[in-house]
Amino acid sequence: MPIQELIFFAFAAALLTAAFMTIMVRNPVHSALFLVMTFFASAGLWIMLEAEFLGLVLILVYVGAVMTLFLFVVMTLNIDLENKGPGYWRYLPYGILIVGLFTGMAVYVFGPSHFALAHAQAIGHSADYSNAKALGNVLYTDYVFPFEIAGVLLLVAIIAAISLSFRGRQGNKSISPEVQIAIRREDRIRIVKMPTEKKQ
Amino acid sequence: MVPLSYYLIVSAILFSLGLAGIIINRKNIIILLMCVELLLLAVNTNFIAFSHYLNDIAGQIFVFFILTVAAAEAAIGLAILVVLFRTRHTVKVDELNLLKG
Repeated sequence: MPIQELIFFAFAAALLTAAFMTIMVRNPVHSALFLVMTFFASAGLWIMLEAEFLGLVLILVYVGAVMTLFLFVVMTLNIDLENKGPGYWRYLPYGILIVGLFTGMAVYVFGPSHFALAHAQAIGHSADYSNAKALGNVLYTDYVFPFEIAGVLLLVAIIAAISLSFRGRQGNKSISPEVQIAIRREDRIRIVKMPTEKKQ
Repeated sequence: MVPLSYYLIVSAILFSLGLAGIIINRKNIIILLMCVELLLLAVNTNFIAFSHYLNDIAGQIFVFFILTVAAAEAAIGLAILVVLFRTRHTVKVDELNLLKG
């Protein structure tokens, strides 16, 4: 068996085992850590498919940022971790059924007798091929408009996330601006008419 | 050389595991969000496999944008989760009946 297939099966086995453990373990923290392992194995598969840039982005963005966020939220919320409730065992047969159906369907549909691309040979690139360069050449020319929209989308996500979870400081003595600009002159100044006092 | 079918079968099994996770863990919103990440990962693997074997880089561009949108979705989803936990003190799906749905 060639070395590529060995590496593929190692990564695929790690990927599916970690994904299985992600949905089966009882503790959400362990779930998140197994999801990190899933992302690592998946990045390995992507790098085998000569998508080096996206494999590294998956590790940097997902493992580095998104899963850290997940772990932060899981750990700070202090949920009752162990309890998955009675529905866990009740719906397990349906989960097994779904996995069996999908696997059978995939093996049937993607088998060599039905799938025309089953023996498609990839055109391997030479050693000096740069995936990031090729991706950037397309991304900044043909797809520059979607790229800008993605930037705006991330900005919207930042503003939404901050405005949802920002509470402000408690016990702050600053005046809120709408109260401040609604003040009229009469609320602050009182002019008193009185006669001039005689000189003593 | 690993054939294309192997990648497609692996990502189909990954997709089904994500779907089964949504069905099994229907109580906890955090696990549901993680299962959505699994589904997106399976779809992305499909895109990259086809992009490699058909020698078309547009598939990788798609994955790039899916990753962007998924990161935004995770950030907003977790922010909503934090607000929800602060007001209702639970993240169990069946106890979130404020809208009587």
